[in-house]
Amino acid sequence: MTISTQLAYAYPELILAVGALALLVIGAFMPKQTSLVGGASVLVLLAAAVASATQPFGVAFSGALVSDAAATFSKVAIYIASAVAIPLGQPWFERRGVKNFEFPVLILLAALGMGMMASSGDLISLYVGVELHSLALYVLAAMHRENAKASEAGLKYFVLGALSSGLLLYGASLIYGFAGSTVFSEIAVAAGGQANTGLLFGLIFLICGLGFKVSAAPFHMWTPDVYEGAPTPVVAFFAAAPKLAAMVLFARVLADGFAGAAGQWQQVLVALALLSVAVGAFAGLVQKNLKRLWAYSSIANIGYALLGLASGTSEGVQAMLVFMILYMIDVTGFFACLAALSRGGRPMETMDDMAGLIKERPGIALAMTVFSLSALGLPPFSGFFAKIFVFKAALDAGLWGPAVIGLVGSVVAAFYYLKLIKVMWFDGSAGATDKPPVEAKTIAIATALFAFPVVIVALTWLNPLAERAAHAFGLA
Amino acid sequence: MFPLLSLITYAPLAGVVAILALKLFGGNEAKSAETSKWVALIVTLATLALSVVMVVEFDPKNPGFQFVEEAPWFMGLSYRMGIDGISVLFVLLTAFLMPICIAASWTSIDKRVHEYLIAFLLLETLVIGVFCALDIVLFYVFFEFGLVPMFLIIGIWGGQRRVYAAFKFFLYTLLGSVLMLAAILFMIGTSGTSSIPELMTHHFAPEVQTWLWLAFFASFAVKMPMWPVHTWLPDAHVEAPTAGSVILAGILLKMGGYGFLRFSLPMFPNASDYFTPLVFAMSAIAVVYTSLIAFRQTDMKKLIAYSSVAHMGLVTMGIFSGNAEGEQGAIYQMLSHGVISGALFLCVGVVYDRMHTREIKFYGGLVTRMPMYAAIFMLFTMGNVGLPGTSGFVGEILSMVGVYQVSTWTAIVAASGVILSAVYMLTLYRGVVFGPMTNPKLAAIQDLNWREVAIFAPLIVSTLYLGIQPNSVFNLTSASVDQLVRVYQAAIGG
Repeated sequence: MTISTQLAYAYPELILAVGALALLVIGAFMPKQTSLVGGASVLVLLAAAVASATQPFGVAFSGALVSDAAATFSKVAIYIASAVAIPLGQPWFERRGVKNFEFPVLILLAALGMGMMASSGDLISLYVGVELHSLALYVLAAMHRENAKASEAGLKYFVLGALSSGLLLYGASLIYGFAGSTVFSEIAVAAGGQANTGLLFGLIFLICGLGFKVSAAPFHMWTPDVYEGAPTPVVAFFAAAPKLAAMVLFARVLADGFAGAAGQWQQVLVALALLSVAVGAFAGLVQKNLKRLWAYSSIANIGYALLGLASGTSEGVQAMLVFMILYMIDVTGFFACLAALSRGGRPMETMDDMAGLIKERPGIALAMTVFSLSALGLPPFSGFFAKIFVFKAALDAGLWGPAVIGLVGSVVAAFYYLKLIKVMWFDGSAGATDKPPVEAKTIAIATALFAFPVVIVALTWLNPLAERAAHAFGLA
Repeated sequence: MFPLLSLITYAPLAGVVAILALKLFGGNEAKSAETSKWVALIVTLATLALSVVMVVEFDPKNPGFQFVEEAPWFMGLSYRMGIDGISVLFVLLTAFLMPICIAASWTSIDKRVHEYLIAFLLLETLVIGVFCALDIVLFYVFFEFGLVPMFLIIGIWGGQRRVYAAFKFFLYTLLGSVLMLAAILFMIGTSGTSSIPELMTHHFAPEVQTWLWLAFFASFAVKMPMWPVHTWLPDAHVEAPTAGSVILAGILLKMGGYGFLRFSLPMFPNASDYFTPLVFAMSAIAVVYTSLIAFRQTDMKKLIAYSSVAHMGLVTMGIFSGNAEGEQGAIYQMLSHGVISGALFLCVGVVYDRMHTREIKFYGGLVTRMPMYAAIFMLFTMGNVGLPGTSGFVGEILSMVGVYQVSTWTAIVAASGVILSAVYMLTLYRGVVFGPMTNPKLAAIQDLNWREVAIFAPLIVSTLYLGIQPNSVFNLTSASVDQLVRVYQAAIGG
């Protein structure tokens, strides 16, 4: 295969890499032109999304880069989610006196890393993708430099992220040592029907490392602190797209590299999933800060996504993909709501701040109600459909015990979502709020309209796409 | 084919959109609230008219589903609607009670009127959807979403402990429902279809049926509510506004009974047969125990709420008797209870609106000031006791006849419930209406105004009509009920 045909498989990533570097140069010479860089970044991301949607399928660079339906599906979602983060975040920072062009460029670099994760076909590109997106995210978390909490969040994220990268690398080297190759398809051959102990060791380390990235319990402890400290629009970004990228990577490692050892990793994933659901449900009960609350909610939701993956079937992967897309839209919308709200210039982040919000800001309060009910898994909101996909896959795979436990966990979590609704709808008003910025409000309302009613129609085309994507994996 | 059922189901949503528009762009809050009330009333009356058309067009000889609509959705699911003899009257009951609820809250609801009306209209759509859905997931969507408007109705417009009641109501019913959801997904997985008519003919292995039955039972028993998971109901009732109580008792409780008839009996006949003694025992306890509790209540609404639980005990007995008398009796009892308990809550609402208390002790001797009210209250009291000539009698006697054929002892215990219901209802009536008027605050109390009379009139007419002309109902239900019983008896080899 010639280098130019190989490059054709990597067009989306090339567009992002060239775009990010070019905009970095432009930013360095014209530091005042932040909105130009921001706008150009959005265009670059949209161009990358179009390129992913139209790219040919195949394997390039000796298996390091895989271009298939799964990569297309997840990359389009990741790039669009990243593109949304820029108009949400840049004005937010500028209103707080942080006027810099690095924000969109960092988003571009993170998107590039996530794209590599979604289409990585061997351990090296896996690690490069993970590191590239993580490093960009650490900086984004600490971007609001005057804010001590943001710096703390960045540092915590970095230290624990470095630990997880260490685990990833350690696992990767063990796998390489025992399989003699870094390419997933060759690892699968080496693993054969039954993975040997050394390979399993490596796999467990890899799962732990990825568990950190998706913030599955018991590797979740960084999540609440980082969500609380990091700037809200940044949280809206890194609670959504990176989670999808990491889940797709998870599926690639397990389905492409270790399909034969499904019996072994299935148990690990079920344990991670149920632990995440339990931690997310119970620890969320005592949270006062909504960003922390939603961090626990996201832990629980990742638990559901992992349950889909734990089914070990093509149906399970499909369920996971649909789940993650619907979840991404919900979580982006929720944090957009938080980004839109402030009272006297102070951000509104606690439960008490939301008292009587339905009278002050009916639109945003209604959107937050929709997201809460959706996260609760109540029909007809998107979270319900996301959950039935996952639970149906789990039940069809015979995981009825975990499915029932997961469902009961959602009843426990229902309490805190209801508490938020109660505070917004039943309590007396806590005072007038500032006029919400138009971009955050637009994103909040648009995502809420997706969560209901658009989702009812959207599923008819989203589901077949996810099905095609899931078939790209080597699972029954 | 003309989508009549979808039209009935979504007609109230048109009202939701109109009221939302009035709220956002209507200008003067009080003025647009007044307009919204008229919009809501007209929309609910239009829905009622449509459902009357549906009942007239309904072919009573056809035991299958009619007015069927179908469109593919995702994941093999479909948008399927249809009604048979079992569901047709529940749709009518819902459409019948809704305008009454709107009219009953005309003056008593004065804060956040738009939201209140929106919640009610949304609830109407969802409840009708529950009775019309022929796809099991679609059914679940309507069934569960109904929690939200009810949560808001209790939580915003309820009484003192409204938040506690709203949470209890929501979490209790949610826990029941998620187990049902697991069962639904399992059923789709094993049978490969989500269509309710197809699932009714699909035979599940008996040991699987047991688990599925329990999961559905967890949901419907809470909704019904059956003893011992009934404890959310008195709290929810006491704190809900009058119209909320009417909807809760009149319609929402019927979803549990409807669920048993639509799912448990036809889909899991062997398990239903196996668990019949359990259901009988729980129902018998419910009838006696909650009747005794009702007797001890000092709050009028709580008394009627406990009486609802007792009446629902009779319904579950009838359903699980598995013969035509029992099923007919149960359906009849649900319809009649929908009208009578709704009317009783409205009776409480009448004096509550005037005096703002529901304590029985506060009242007494109302007959001297409110003769018309006393007469109407008397009629519904008798209806609740099951006096012949009222609708309550037909349902009770038929259920008991049905149960008697299966289990004599259960029927005897159930019959004691009728006596007990007379004890607590007459005590309530005596305490409120008769006796000397000792409380000076009551001296100026006004009798019913024309609006209240207009609200009660259709309820009075239907209570008496159903009591004298039960055949008009049986004509509609018998074909479907006979088929249900035939299939059930064949499945359990009886």
